Amino acid sequence: MMASTRTAPPRRRRGGAPSPAAPSPHRRRGEGARALLWLSPWIIGVAVFFVYPLLSTVYFSFHRYDLFTLEFVGLDNYRYAFSDARVLQSALNTLWLVVFMVPAQVLFALGVAQLLAKLKRGGGILRTIFYLPSLVPVVAGTVAFVYLLNPATGPVNQVLAWFGITGPDWFGSAAWAKPSLTLLALWGAGNTIMIFLAALLDVPRHLYEAAAIDGAGAWRQFRSITLPMISPVLMFSAVTGVIYAVQYFTQAMIASRVASGATDSAGSTFTPGYPDGSLLTLPQHLFHTGFRDWSMGLACVHALLLFAVAMLFTLILLRRFGKAEVAS
Amino acid sequence: MRLRRRLMWIARHALAIALALMFLGPIVLVALTALMTDEQALTSTLWPERWNWSNFADVFTHSELLTWTVNTFVYASLATLFMLVSSIPAAYALARFRFRGRKTAFLVVISTMMLPPQVVAVPIYLVWARLDLTDSLWPLILPMLFGDAFSIFLLRQFLITIPREYTEAATVDGCSDVQILFRVILPMARPAVAAVALFSFFYCWNDYYGPLLYAGVDQEGWTLSLGLATFKAFHSVQWNLTMAATLLVTAPVIIVFLFAQRVFIEGVTLTGVKG
Repeated sequence: MMASTRTAPPRRRRGGAPSPAAPSPHRRRGEGARALLWLSPWIIGVAVFFVYPLLSTVYFSFHRYDLFTLEFVGLDNYRYAFSDARVLQSALNTLWLVVFMVPAQVLFALGVAQLLAKLKRGGGILRTIFYLPSLVPVVAGTVAFVYLLNPATGPVNQVLAWFGITGPDWFGSAAWAKPSLTLLALWGAGNTIMIFLAALLDVPRHLYEAAAIDGAGAWRQFRSITLPMISPVLMFSAVTGVIYAVQYFTQAMIASRVASGATDSAGSTFTPGYPDGSLLTLPQHLFHTGFRDWSMGLACVHALLLFAVAMLFTLILLRRFGKAEVAS
Repeated sequence: MRLRRRLMWIARHALAIALALMFLGPIVLVALTALMTDEQALTSTLWPERWNWSNFADVFTHSELLTWTVNTFVYASLATLFMLVSSIPAAYALARFRFRGRKTAFLVVISTMMLPPQVVAVPIYLVWARLDLTDSLWPLILPMLFGDAFSIFLLRQFLITIPREYTEAATVDGCSDVQILFRVILPMARPAVAAVALFSFFYCWNDYYGPLLYAGVDQEGWTLSLGLATFKAFHSVQWNLTMAATLLVTAPVIIVFLFAQRVFIEGVTLTGVKG
């Protein structure tokens, strides 16, 4: 019932268009001006929503600003941020997400995709089932998981109890909160599964047939054929997963909020990170500092930290994929 | 050998079915809870004693769900429309014209795409505050008039696969750049445009961070994700209503998906194939 993922993904044409670096017969006078015209709204956008705010963030990071009074404070904000235990804690939480959650999601998606690629009958309906949860709105999925995993009366611990297992406190304990979010991430891995499945189905069958004739077993075939063939897609998913982990906000914020039973809405006292700061990430800390405590100068220091981390990973991505991409 | 293959077949299918049940499990359990009475939802029983269909109606009377749905729909539709109007020309220019700075422009697209939105949040918020547009969703909609990096990226990835011969032939026939875009490029790029529009719509539908920052304290101006996030706080002992609300927020997305599966799957694979 699911549309076949076998539809050949659009491929970059190789060797067709001349590389822009080489003197090109297609480069006519006036193309630059026309490109500029077509790109102008976007260029304005980059200036207004990217360049200006970035410079402005640097400026505010040396000031104390609460929407009313602006005061130059030198490096005070930096000193405060670097001695703030919550900044360190959120950095460590992000590191946890990068080291555990992202690999778990990639490996899990690869496993499920492998399984789906091997199934001949019933594959379509299963694909739909694995894809569906990734469509559930993030907030809805997170609220549902906090309910399902609630320690006292939640269905999951109830089912575990049937097997004589005492379930953990999940979102109620600092040790289990991040693993609980990892479960949520695995449940929502449908996009990654579909991307991997398409890549797996693209591997030419005759490679496996030839390998089988040469006596290669399943593991050997996987190592020597599958992995090299899909490694670009694998790497791409890993790096985008890491970048996503750096921005991790909504799931952690909602899980903390719902699990803690905070009864506020906006303009309130809820401090993100419950339980014990175990779900605090830098974007949440920034948001709370800037838009709940209105310490905007300090929030700008957090923003620059976040920028540094994001750029680090973006550079890794560009090194890995940039050349091939831009050359097209 | 034959036996072994058969056993593998059984193992594989058993594993797939077990996994499928785990993927469906949360949805089923949420649905069952959504139908329980207030009291039963606080116990650890899994099957509703009485099917309380009125819970779904109660969600509407106990909250602003209808208003939130309208707000979310307006936000998602306008943002998507503006995104298309601004991003298609940019992607077209990046894919078609050969000019100095083309590489740089593409690197800027990738960089802005990777940038966490929180990095530039403070100064942008201050601008909208000065324009007196905070406490509304306009700060999330209006920027879409200036191009969305992710959409530009995806569209450009698709457009560069269209052979140059098409545009060249059209140029020879005397078509202007605008005519080429509308008569040659867009008809061929329909799947990519549809995928990008769907992604944008769903991004807005799911967006929590943006409305949390800008929508303000008045519930009248909230979106579904904001409302759902605080739903539990206002109905703290009513997990059944919270779960019913969760289902109501999810349902439209699933329905759209069932009608537009092909677009989705093509779009998802489009995001993954480069590299």
